[in-house]
Amino acid sequence: MDWINQLNPTMQFAIFSMLKVCVVIFLAVMPIVAYAVLVERKVSAFIQDRVGPNRAAPFFVKYLPVVGPFLVRLGIFHPLADGLKSFLKEDFTPAHVRKVYFWLAPAIAVVPAMLALAVIPFGSTLGAQKMVIADLNVGILYTFGIVSLGVYGLVLAGYASNSKFSFLGGIRSSAQMISYEIAMGMSVIPLFMLVGDLNLSKVIAYQADGAWLVFKQPIAFVIFLVSAFAETNRLPFDLPEAETELVGGYHTEYSSMKFALFFIGEYTAMIAASAMMVVLFFGGWTLPFAGLDQPATTLVMGFAHIGIFVTKMLVLMVVFIWVRWMLPRFRYDQLMDLGWRRFVPLALANIVVTAVVLWALHAK
Amino acid sequence: MSTPATTDIKPAPAAPPPIEKIKIKVDGREIEVPKMMPDWQGKPQPTTMLQACQLAAQEVPHYCYHPKLPIAGNCRMCLVEFGTPAMGPDRKPVLNEDGSSKIAKSVLPYEPGTPRGAIACATPISPGMEIYPNSPATKQMREAVLESLLINHPLDCPICDQAGECKLQEYSVEHGQSQSHFVEAKVHKPKAVDLGPRIVLDDERCILCTRCIRFTKDIAGDDALGIVNRGSYSTIAAWKEGAFDNNYTLNTVDLCPVGALTSKDFRFQMRVWFMKETKSLCTSCGTGCNVIVGSREEKVYRYEPRQNDAVNSTWMCDSGRLNYKWINRDDRLKDVVVRGQKSTWAAALKEISEKLAKAASGSVAVLASARQTNEELYLLSKLAKKLGAVTDSVPRVGEGDKLLVSADKNSNTNGAKLTGIASAEMGSNLKKIADGIRSGAIKTLVVFGEDVTKHGIGADLLAKLETIIVSDILPNATTATAHILLPGCAHAEKRGSFTNVKGRVQKFMKAVEPKGDARSEWEVLHELVHNVTGQNGFSSIEGLFNQMAKEVPAFAGLEWAKLGDTGVTVPI
Amino acid sequence: MIVKRANLSFWERLYLPALLSGLQVTWRHFSRTFFAGKKVTMEYPEQKWVVPEGYRGAPYLVRDQSGDTKCVSCQLCEFVCPPKAIKIIPPGSSGKPAERANAEKMPAEFEINMLRCIFCGFCQEVCPEEAIFLQRDYSLTGLSRGEMIYDKEKLLALGGTHAGVQKWKHKLDEAKEQETFPVKG
Ligand code: SF4
Ligand code: SF4
Ligand code: SF4
Ligand code: SF4
Ligand code: FES
Repeated sequence: MDWINQLNPTMQFAIFSMLKVCVVIFLAVMPIVAYAVLVERKVSAFIQDRVGPNRAAPFFVKYLPVVGPFLVRLGIFHPLADGLKSFLKEDFTPAHVRKVYFWLAPAIAVVPAMLALAVIPFGSTLGAQKMVIADLNVGILYTFGIVSLGVYGLVLAGYASNSKFSFLGGIRSSAQMISYEIAMGMSVIPLFMLVGDLNLSKVIAYQADGAWLVFKQPIAFVIFLVSAFAETNRLPFDLPEAETELVGGYHTEYSSMKFALFFIGEYTAMIAASAMMVVLFFGGWTLPFAGLDQPATTLVMGFAHIGIFVTKMLVLMVVFIWVRWMLPRFRYDQLMDLGWRRFVPLALANIVVTAVVLWALHAK
Repeated sequence: MSTPATTDIKPAPAAPPPIEKIKIKVDGREIEVPKMMPDWQGKPQPTTMLQACQLAAQEVPHYCYHPKLPIAGNCRMCLVEFGTPAMGPDRKPVLNEDGSSKIAKSVLPYEPGTPRGAIACATPISPGMEIYPNSPATKQMREAVLESLLINHPLDCPICDQAGECKLQEYSVEHGQSQSHFVEAKVHKPKAVDLGPRIVLDDERCILCTRCIRFTKDIAGDDALGIVNRGSYSTIAAWKEGAFDNNYTLNTVDLCPVGALTSKDFRFQMRVWFMKETKSLCTSCGTGCNVIVGSREEKVYRYEPRQNDAVNSTWMCDSGRLNYKWINRDDRLKDVVVRGQKSTWAAALKEISEKLAKAASGSVAVLASARQTNEELYLLSKLAKKLGAVTDSVPRVGEGDKLLVSADKNSNTNGAKLTGIASAEMGSNLKKIADGIRSGAIKTLVVFGEDVTKHGIGADLLAKLETIIVSDILPNATTATAHILLPGCAHAEKRGSFTNVKGRVQKFMKAVEPKGDARSEWEVLHELVHNVTGQNGFSSIEGLFNQMAKEVPAFAGLEWAKLGDTGVTVPI
Repeated sequence: MIVKRANLSFWERLYLPALLSGLQVTWRHFSRTFFAGKKVTMEYPEQKWVVPEGYRGAPYLVRDQSGDTKCVSCQLCEFVCPPKAIKIIPPGSSGKPAERANAEKMPAEFEINMLRCIFCGFCQEVCPEEAIFLQRDYSLTGLSRGEMIYDKEKLLALGGTHAGVQKWKHKLDEAKEQETFPVKG
């Protein structure tokens, strides 16, 4: 490990950043996406009194007594099979599409969601390394900036597909995402008024010192949560892909890996949103006992922090999934009404009230 | 042909006397009907109640009555209630208060409360009569008659060929009742009796209407059938087992209102309700009987006669009726063949057109069968005129009979003559053509629908020709030698018209699709004529016929649409 | 028509109570299936649903008690079949006569295209001979289209025997008892 220490700080930074990116993307995000799909299918099955996927059995399963069949029944191998299927299916490009945008759209759908993860502090420290890919001062602003790019993927897909279903899906998604971005952005302003810094690590530190922000700012949390559903196009706000009306919405014309990319994009966005909520409202990697609220000094503590963070995030993801099988889809006008006429004023009021309270406290 | 050259089949009487009419009431509606109407032989007879009801558009169910058979009045199906003006003792009609004459309904003489019907088929009408074809009493009578007809009826419908066109089924549904008072065991009679070479009889199904007996005796002139035994055991029988064998036996199958008489040929082949019915003509002789072609899924199953009083009344002969199987034959010519190689219409027609366009005047001979349609012969004659070709057809003389069968076995002899294809003495040019080939003057032979090797132009002569163009339906010695072979259509596969021996121009419709690549000859000829003469004709049969009518003097004034279903007679 | 909207109370408009009850319902189902294993579905190829009597599955031809083909090739089912799944080739005048001599005919070939059949039951309804029945088979599979066209042999083998009125036997017995007119067969 000496050679690392011999490198100049810039090189070190570059190497560790790349390492963190690779680990986060390939060891964390991708498996979570894959298994989130499985959880989604299983949870939906149980909620609907079904069994869920329990068929995929690779060849080696028959050499595993007891465990093998058990894993098969759990559906552990379905995500693998799904992934394989995505690669093997015919990648069909309809004749009537605008090819360049058609190819570009899925990538644009995935990338911003992944970029948003860059500023999330998913742990305290591991050795000398801070467990955040980019510890930006303007973390939250970066996030909002990047997240708002996500809409391009869907809009482009809708436009490039040259199909009325896709087109409607694209239009809906743009309107919906832009609307809720406003509510979402305004909902977090009180948090930063309290914290006094935009750096997400500072937000966590603030919560470690006091109570979690979800208790201090419940209204902000509700607005943020609901907006997160809307931003990720999850039910009850999945109007852009509303199967019952739009076949598949913006991805109607997609197949194979391109379709899978939209899927990955949606679930990554879910991860990003959950992670964001953990950071903003649930104290990030901290727990208010057993000394878990201070930056790690040992490797064990470092891993424990990462574990805490991931667990919190997964719980929120289960909520995302659960809600999907619980609520019916909103009507378009209801969606807009909720965004503009309820949440925006509410968020504004929340800002004002917080400001007044802060002013009152300071004035003392 | 000794038929006088008139435009109608019966010479019109000099001055038709004014038709005498009488006023009667049918189902409460007053109508005027002629006092006399033609009977089965066309002789005027007092109008019957059944005819009057038909004129009033009131259907009276009947079994034994047939407009072309003598009246027997034995089935009782046509019973109707009726009434006549009541007469006072002074032989004056009794009047109601409003001045209308009082009607005395027919009742049983010994039981005046019970209505008594009369068989409509045999009861003449009288002035002021009232017929009640829908009254409750009439309905009751019909129910009773049907119940009695069904007493011993086997209800074989699932295995009965008549099902679907069975009057017993139809009337049972329409006028019958679903219950029977009859609980005893049914009388069983012989089934599948071999009545003759073409007829099977099921005695259990027979309702003893005697239509078959009357037909064969009075129309076919062969007193071969009769009823034997008595009561419930009465059965139809031929004078000797299997001896019902005249050439008109299959008409009894059509006549039989039930499934008692069935055709051996059609037996168990296909249920009638699947049949597509197409108006067509029989092509087996010059009479041109009107037929209905029954086909399903591009397969012809049967011919049935179609009424045309100017030609065949409602009959046709057995030999003509059964002469359809060649249409379904597997060895039908299906491909365009150019010098032994399968080719396409476009290529073949191009080659023929070029050859004919280049041919020197007089070097072509056209031999067209008098079984081709008027339109085809007309197009051929146009082509021949342009090429200065010798043309002719082949005469076919066989045996005729008094009823329908003509001695002329070509279906369109007159068409060939009128369009100028056949020489005045049909067949006399054959020798000229043979000589022309022998001398080398004729280099190209166009044959439509004939095997010329059987008619004086043998294989040795054919070998001398430069080009042999043949269109035919089935393979033969001539088609084997053809340089260019064009597959033709059976008449059931195309539209067109024939001129029968008496000059009746009749059209026929397309029942099934041509086999393989075959195309209607007139379509092909139309293209050829256009290519060779440069004249454009009509690419529809209607237009073509109308054009022919303008150009061929004998057909002057005709129009495809005016031919109707039964045709028009032209002078020959 | 104008449907009057119900006036929602404040709580209802807040949407939260409905949300909570939604959570409750879904949780109830989830826990019931997940913990108590009370699923309502079946795991199909291993567990097969035994359909109740009278279920309209695949139509098959049946034989009578004496083992004879009941169908007389009347072609009514072919006629009535809405998707034209049935194709019957009648015996023709020279074909093999029926197994029950006095029934005179039976189909030379009888095919049902199970890919076309919509299991409507019209054929069973219309059959005057009680020769075709929709039976309890519902899972028909084949590796080719051709395999899904069941011919007469297959249909009869699958159909089995159906006890019912033996109309033709009855007719024959009746005719045999009669003194005159012995009937053939
Ligand atoms: S004759 Fe008519 S009623 Fe009698 S079995 Fe045949 S179809 Fe049925
Ligand atoms: S066989 Fe037919 S036509 Fe002849 S009497 Fe019987 S029912 Fe009438
Ligand atoms: S069940 Fe219906 S669709 Fe199937 S064969 Fe019978 S009539 Fe035809
Ligand atoms: S199955 Fe029944 S309806 Fe169908 S042809 Fe046979 S007897 Fe007739
Ligand atoms: S039709 Fe009049 S009695 Fe038969």
